[in-house]
Amino acid sequence: MELKEKLLSSFIAFENEYSSENFFISELRNEAIKNFETTGFPSKKDENWKYTSLKKVLNKEFSIFPKNEHVVEYNKVQPYFIGDIDSYKIVFIDGKYASHLSQTTHEGIDVCLMSAALSEPKYQLIIENYFNKIATQSGLNALNTAFCKEGAYIHIKKNRVSEKPIQIVHLCTGEDPALLLQPRNLIVVDENAHVRIIERHQSMTKNPTLTNSVTEIFASKRCNIDYYKIQNDKSEASLVDNTFIAQDSNSDVCVHTFCFGGKLTRNNLNFFQNGQYIQSTLKGITIIGEKQHVDHSTLVHHLQPNCESHQDYKGIFSDNSVGVFNGKVIVEKEAQKTNAFQANNNLLVNDKATINTKPQLEIFADDVKCSHGCTIGQLDKNAMFYLKTRGIPEKEAKALLMYAFANNVLESVKIPQLNKRINEIIADKLGVKIGFDL
Amino acid sequence: MLKIDNLHARIDGKSILNGISLDINPGEVHAIMGPNGSGKSTLASVIAGKEDYEIRQGKIIFEKEEISELSADERAHKGLFLSFQYPVEIPGVTVTNFIKTSLNESRKAKGLEEMPANKMLQLIKEKSEMLEIDRKFLSRSLNEGFSGGEKKRNEIFQMAMLEPKLAILDETDSGLDIDALKVVANGVNKLKSSENATLLITHYQRLLDYIVPDFVHVLIDGKIVKSGNKDLALDLEKNGYDWIKKEVAKQ
Repeated sequence: MELKEKLLSSFIAFENEYSSENFFISELRNEAIKNFETTGFPSKKDENWKYTSLKKVLNKEFSIFPKNEHVVEYNKVQPYFIGDIDSYKIVFIDGKYASHLSQTTHEGIDVCLMSAALSEPKYQLIIENYFNKIATQSGLNALNTAFCKEGAYIHIKKNRVSEKPIQIVHLCTGEDPALLLQPRNLIVVDENAHVRIIERHQSMTKNPTLTNSVTEIFASKRCNIDYYKIQNDKSEASLVDNTFIAQDSNSDVCVHTFCFGGKLTRNNLNFFQNGQYIQSTLKGITIIGEKQHVDHSTLVHHLQPNCESHQDYKGIFSDNSVGVFNGKVIVEKEAQKTNAFQANNNLLVNDKATINTKPQLEIFADDVKCSHGCTIGQLDKNAMFYLKTRGIPEKEAKALLMYAFANNVLESVKIPQLNKRINEIIADKLGVKIGFDL
Repeated sequence: MLKIDNLHARIDGKSILNGISLDINPGEVHAIMGPNGSGKSTLASVIAGKEDYEIRQGKIIFEKEEISELSADERAHKGLFLSFQYPVEIPGVTVTNFIKTSLNESRKAKGLEEMPANKMLQLIKEKSEMLEIDRKFLSRSLNEGFSGGEKKRNEIFQMAMLEPKLAILDETDSGLDIDALKVVANGVNKLKSSENATLLITHYQRLLDYIVPDFVHVLIDGKIVKSGNKDLALDLEKNGYDWIKKEVAKQ
């Protein structure tokens, strides 16, 4: 049976099991499955999916619900946490909440579970005001909404500063031969509040997994959100990350995506600027090889005047890997004095790697500053010779130049331990043991 | 220490070096002078191991070993150093990080442990003071936005850190004002010993007032056509290269 048919028929059973909980959600799910039935999975005919095909990912016999609950010891998953910081943790194993690995809270801030938020009356108002309000209502997003039941629920209340970062970690044990995961996160940050979040999806075996994740983030006035995505998965793990961020006046939201790949990774990162004097920052480092495929599709929608957006994506592609950058910026007629900047710089390490980069600017206002630039280059031969005459061997010299190419993106990482970890992953990815952190 | 025997090299089918022979012993300072396009920088690059050049004939023996087949980093590990005419800018790598990587990779190649961080910092401090290098400079990106003088000073700083047996200084004087030239020359002189040697490549005699050579060689059309002592450099400064060209033509 095709995955789509399997999903449609599974929905009835799923809905029977969960429908009693919340009428509002039940309605949404039913509507969503209808939308998914109409729109289906995206294909290459869809302009937004021109360079990324899900065909090779969808042809597995995915379980839609994991068979059993699996327990995982902390020491097995410890490498996937930024372990040396005091943090809140919301951890899922095969889509189910793992309380023994987590640390949640309700003290001034809510760091807990989507399942609780969807079922308990005290969250009803927030859910009705925010849930599924900015996510797209078709395709993979509709599919996620139809089956949504678990994920992270974070609510930072007015004037609160979450001193500890929050780590959201989705683990997949591989106990099921192939597993489809659909986490759903909701993050609401009230006026003047601050929060830092690290999100990671991690498969622990080589069994195929497909994660179709949807995250909605609401940034109220003057709030500050730092969001870090770490994507460094196994060779058969695929991820479609759909993130939607609505910002109100004077808010500052920064998303870093550190993408070291899995099989296929697609990041749909969407910003909606609904107020004035907003800062939106999108940064990314992508380093992939083998046959990995990474697609960053970004959207920044400038709806109001006097706002800024900055995009800076660096990519390093080797072997037969494929990269895609599709950066869309829309500046509406009302959005005068917009300052939108976009850069996508790529390094192709050999002849077989591919990058498709496509900036897309739609500007309807006349008093704006918008710039974009994309480059595709190779390592500078003279620089290589220079490093080698200083005794630095070929491999290390390459690594040093690649690191130098990407590392300005790390300067804006505000968690030092995370910075260190990303440095380590990069050194590991480039296959060298040189300290980059002096 | 270095023995070059009848070296021929070309790039993109164009012959640049046409039979160079040169002997350098420990404790010696040699200068190679010559007009533009005579092959001076090519010679430096070929000795250092730039892969763009094809060696057609001849040998490069360094410390009793034929090094023509070795890569640039392997030559560096043996104690060769090339100070670049145009040092490459590498944004994103600090001077400190660079020199630390460089020194430790060289140590690794010799089977030594990495240098402990405190020892490394001490060494950096010592050598940078010798070359009157500001500490702030060390945390800047390598050569990025450096003035001509800063770049050259940084080259000599790297040389001081790596302590090569043979240092080839390619047009180290170009782009330097007189004060910067004195600092750089002073640094080079301080690093000289009876164990190491220096090969200066220069257009002008000026540098040789500060770093006094034992031998001066004149390179024309990829060949050493005349060798002498430091007085030869003064002759060239006064009379140019034409008289040598004529002398060569007569032979």
